Amino acid sequence: MAGLMAGFGCYTHAIVRGIPTSLAKESLRTCQAEVDLSKAQREHDAYVHILRTTLGLEVVELPAEETLPDCVFVEDAAVVCGDTALITRPGAESRRRETEAMKGALKDLNLNIVEMTDENATLDGGDVLFTGREFFVGLSKRTNQRGAEILADAFKDYAVSTVPVMEKLHLKSLCSMGGPGLIVIGSSEPAQKTLKIMQQMSDHRYDKLTVPDDLAANCIYMNLPDKGQVLLHCTAEEYPESVKVFDKLNDYKLFPVSNSEKVKVDGALTCCSVLINKKSGN
Amino acid sequence: MTTESGADSEAKQQQQQQEESVAAPKENPKAAEPASPQNQLEQLPAAVGHSTPARKEQILCHQDTPEEDQESRQSSTSRLSRSPLKGMKKVKIMQCKVTLLDGSDYTLTVEKRVKGQVLFDKVCDHLNLLEKDYFGITYRDVEQQKNWLDPTKDLKKQIRTGPWNFAFNVKFYPPDPSQLTEDITRYYLCLQLRDDVVSGRLPCSFATHTVLGSYTVQSELGDYDPEELGSDYISELRFAPNQTKELEEKVMELHKTYKGMTPAEAEMHFLENAKKLSMYGVDLHHAKDSEGVEIMLGVCASGLLIYRDRLRINRFAWPKILKISYKRNNFYIKIRPGEFEQFESTIGFKLPNHRAAKRLWKVCVEHHTFFRLVSPEAPPKKFLTLGSKFRYSGRTQAQTRRASSQIIRPAPFFERSASKRYNMSQSLDGAPITENHETLMRDSDSAANARGDIITTVTTEKKAEEEKAEREDARADTTADAGTPTAVRQEAKTDSEQTDFAFDGDITATEDTEPPAEMVKHQTNISELKRSFLETDASVPGLTEWERRLSSSPARSPRSDEPPMIEPLEEEQQDEEDEKPAGDETKAEPKVTEAAEYLLKCTADSSLADGAPPQGISPSATMDDDVFAAEEKTPDSHDQLSEKSVDRLSPGSVREEVSQAITDKRGMLIILKEAEVEAEGKDDVGKLLLSKMEALVEEASPVKGSPKKAMASWVSEVARAEESEVFRVLTEEMPKTFEQSKPDVAQITLSEAAPLAVSTLGWISPSVTPEKASADVEQKKLLATEMEAAPEDHTRADAVCAKEMPVVHTETKTITYESAENDMNGDTDHGVLLSAQTITSETTSTTTTTHITKTVKGGISETRIEKRIVITGDSEIDHDEALAQAIKEAKEQHPDMSVTKVVVHKETEITPEEGED
Repeated sequence: MAGLMAGFGCYTHAIVRGIPTSLAKESLRTCQAEVDLSKAQREHDAYVHILRTTLGLEVVELPAEETLPDCVFVEDAAVVCGDTALITRPGAESRRRETEAMKGALKDLNLNIVEMTDENATLDGGDVLFTGREFFVGLSKRTNQRGAEILADAFKDYAVSTVPVMEKLHLKSLCSMGGPGLIVIGSSEPAQKTLKIMQQMSDHRYDKLTVPDDLAANCIYMNLPDKGQVLLHCTAEEYPESVKVFDKLNDYKLFPVSNSEKVKVDGALTCCSVLINKKSGN
Repeated sequence: MTTESGADSEAKQQQQQQEESVAAPKENPKAAEPASPQNQLEQLPAAVGHSTPARKEQILCHQDTPEEDQESRQSSTSRLSRSPLKGMKKVKIMQCKVTLLDGSDYTLTVEKRVKGQVLFDKVCDHLNLLEKDYFGITYRDVEQQKNWLDPTKDLKKQIRTGPWNFAFNVKFYPPDPSQLTEDITRYYLCLQLRDDVVSGRLPCSFATHTVLGSYTVQSELGDYDPEELGSDYISELRFAPNQTKELEEKVMELHKTYKGMTPAEAEMHFLENAKKLSMYGVDLHHAKDSEGVEIMLGVCASGLLIYRDRLRINRFAWPKILKISYKRNNFYIKIRPGEFEQFESTIGFKLPNHRAAKRLWKVCVEHHTFFRLVSPEAPPKKFLTLGSKFRYSGRTQAQTRRASSQIIRPAPFFERSASKRYNMSQSLDGAPITENHETLMRDSDSAANARGDIITTVTTEKKAEEEKAEREDARADTTADAGTPTAVRQEAKTDSEQTDFAFDGDITATEDTEPPAEMVKHQTNISELKRSFLETDASVPGLTEWERRLSSSPARSPRSDEPPMIEPLEEEQQDEEDEKPAGDETKAEPKVTEAAEYLLKCTADSSLADGAPPQGISPSATMDDDVFAAEEKTPDSHDQLSEKSVDRLSPGSVREEVSQAITDKRGMLIILKEAEVEAEGKDDVGKLLLSKMEALVEEASPVKGSPKKAMASWVSEVARAEESEVFRVLTEEMPKTFEQSKPDVAQITLSEAAPLAVSTLGWISPSVTPEKASADVEQKKLLATEMEAAPEDHTRADAVCAKEMPVVHTETKTITYESAENDMNGDTDHGVLLSAQTITSETTSTTTTTHITKTVKGGISETRIEKRIVITGDSEIDHDEALAQAIKEAKEQHPDMSVTKVVVHKETEITPEEGED
């Protein structure tokens, strides 16, 4: 039976992209920090390894592009839900061309491509939280109302609510989905406020998992056929208190993934991949 | 998304012109007569209303006279029986055309002066539809706007000048269509949704169009059969606003996989997918926010949604809305104050015109009542309540579910005609198909001007009342931008020409009007607690699947010192108000002190409660406010018979089932055991064992010899006397932590559902006649033993119950109340009392007291809810049912809490004549 909106967290494919050397110096960042490029490279390799080898996803690896220092953060370039892929118009001018390679890759996967051509629209995938039942779009420095409208047009089945993003770069800088109906949320005041707004806007009910560190709230949930519930989250070295919280998730296969370098340029775990379910229903 | 649905009549431009020529002020002798205010108010529109269509209609005889009008209204209940008309006037018959959901037209005739209900019933009969309450009839007004036909009002007053053309539509989209009882109901819902989809009112993705389309094909054409159907069989059907070949191919692809699926199954699948769409059942209205930004207001089962373009920018769940009102073309919602706020805030929206504002208001009132209330609110008595007396008068969802459970007919055969409407490349209302929201609601701004042409006569009495109302209005609701008094009056006049309403400015529609005075006082204080514990649909912080899973995991339980990690989100936080998104389009208007209004309301409410509820409908309260609504039973009504459940707390499907069982006289959840088992000092002691609940039955009746007899007489209600009964259900929250025992307890609480069901079933057969009663007791005993055998070592509850002694019931109520409390306070908390609230609601037959105590013990907050339900009445009360109901509801309402004590106390005043036994 074809069913819509089933199988939250089910993925078959992932799109990732290599790290250009320009990342260290030229990539956008909200605070200054020295990036150890080779360490970043090692971390990214480990991330891809988990997706491909440990979890068995079909990983499409796009080549790094030196002129696009932020290109490793593929999440911002596309929003994929079901068999539809929305190619975004990233808020940062320097990142607009990142979508080209992404579009090609998604086309190759036979997804329905919707492009955001409106020049007044901006949207970063990092501002888009899909809960399985609806979308929340953070209105941030990178994402505007028009961008959210186009997203709503692209995914008509779902309610799309807008949420202001306070302080942080992206909506998902302080939250992510930790399972069906489970929102992982940071404990900072902006994070908690954001969550309250989301719950007010929603017809659905969510549970929350509060972690001490906002950045640790960005994790990757998957529900894989032979793996069960999988959660990729921060390491104990980075956020020891938050890891204690994740450790309590008993029914999960937990994968701490180190992200100490990319985080310096505002890259969280979800930023580095676009996850796709090619077996979704129809 | 609903109001525009369905096929429709063509625009009739000339009519409007005609109306203008005819609608010159008519003097209305009746209106000036000293009559009850109600009559008087209805009179005015009636006289104006019926005069115009008379000209055009083909099948009519002569013009109504006002006297006739009066008569027809006064013979309020039955319109089918020819009410005694003066003289020998011929009954005027009107031909009506009703466009059905499959696109076909059904032509029928009704008497001209009948109410909307007659037409609706006839159409439902024609459709063989029993679960009618989700449906309604629409008509186009002079502005070509769709309006819902009010079943309680005369057809001719609603139709006025237009042709008698209607459409049959879904009015309330059931959030869970699988709970509908009959396939035929689902079929009609499907037809509506198919039109919603094709017309673009219900937007969906390509994938969804494909899936919904494939089920449509399966339902209409059956299995894919290449020989019979050919390869292009599908292009005649419509699935989407912009149907492409690609879509048709995908639909066919899916259709081929459905071999053997019955139409009913296909429709069920269709609905399961459609109900998840974000715009399912959302009735959109164009509006502007206070800054003039174009927005859409969406009314749905859960509340009011605010959209800007396609984006949801705010949402107000019904529990958060205290009051809905409109004034001229403004629509207002008053929002419950946040946790740290003292005052409510009022948010205003501008609608295209007055009629649009009123239409939105009515739709809100109806949706709120249907989906949130237990039973419809009684129409306010004039003099006591300001504003419109419009109320939703149909059954609520809770009532209709209960009623539907009584449907016993075999599944009716019905033909799923290859629906006509999907062959058209146009939407039914003749508008070109588009996916654009903007075309959905055609509240054109220009239409507002038309109003000015309509003039009416206002009698002096009416003016006086309006003025009075205005004064009170102004006192009660000092909304900052309230219109000038003159403007309001004018508006009211205009409106009174068009409807039955006396005046429409600032109408209190919901929650704070109906609850009894005590409720109103406590409402704000306990709102936080209510949020946490009494909201059932979404915000109950109950054990979620998630928590269950975690708590059941073996490695989980030994931990004791961990703080709870995963918490359910409470949907309605009280302090949300001050944290509205910056991008929020809706601006709260200056806050208003409501004290004066509260006072006013309290007075009105208490007087309302004192008097007998009008027409057998007792004032109901909202579930949101944790009031038990009592439905007064009048034995002559079939409906009410089927609604014997004593109180209801909240909507919920499970509860529905239980109450169904109970109303069927099948259900019996409390198992009585004989006295010998556990005598506890007093005469006869029975033991009630309900899962982990243990109830003690004290038989103090001097007339009863053996417990069997006592019970027999209890069950069979031999004693026909005035009885009052106290049920006490004490629920205790299990703090939701991961620490050891708690999740376990929660687990077991859940597992209790099974034995409960067993006992319910076990009670189906025995009838409750005195002869069979002892057999019944035997059976109870048997069941009780079974239940006891089950490992039950949790918190127990003792219940003292069943005392029959001659007392005056009004006194008894108090006495019982106190004694019960003394009995109960055995297990007191040693924590810190955070808050304690008592709410009492009272109707003529039931008094419910809810006592909420919040304590903190060693960092764990514990909430204790005590409910006392006193049922007083001189009719037969099925105590077992009532108790079962109370317990079941308490459990369902607070799935995260456990019932720790149940006390049943029954006192009967035996009249001297009735020395039974």
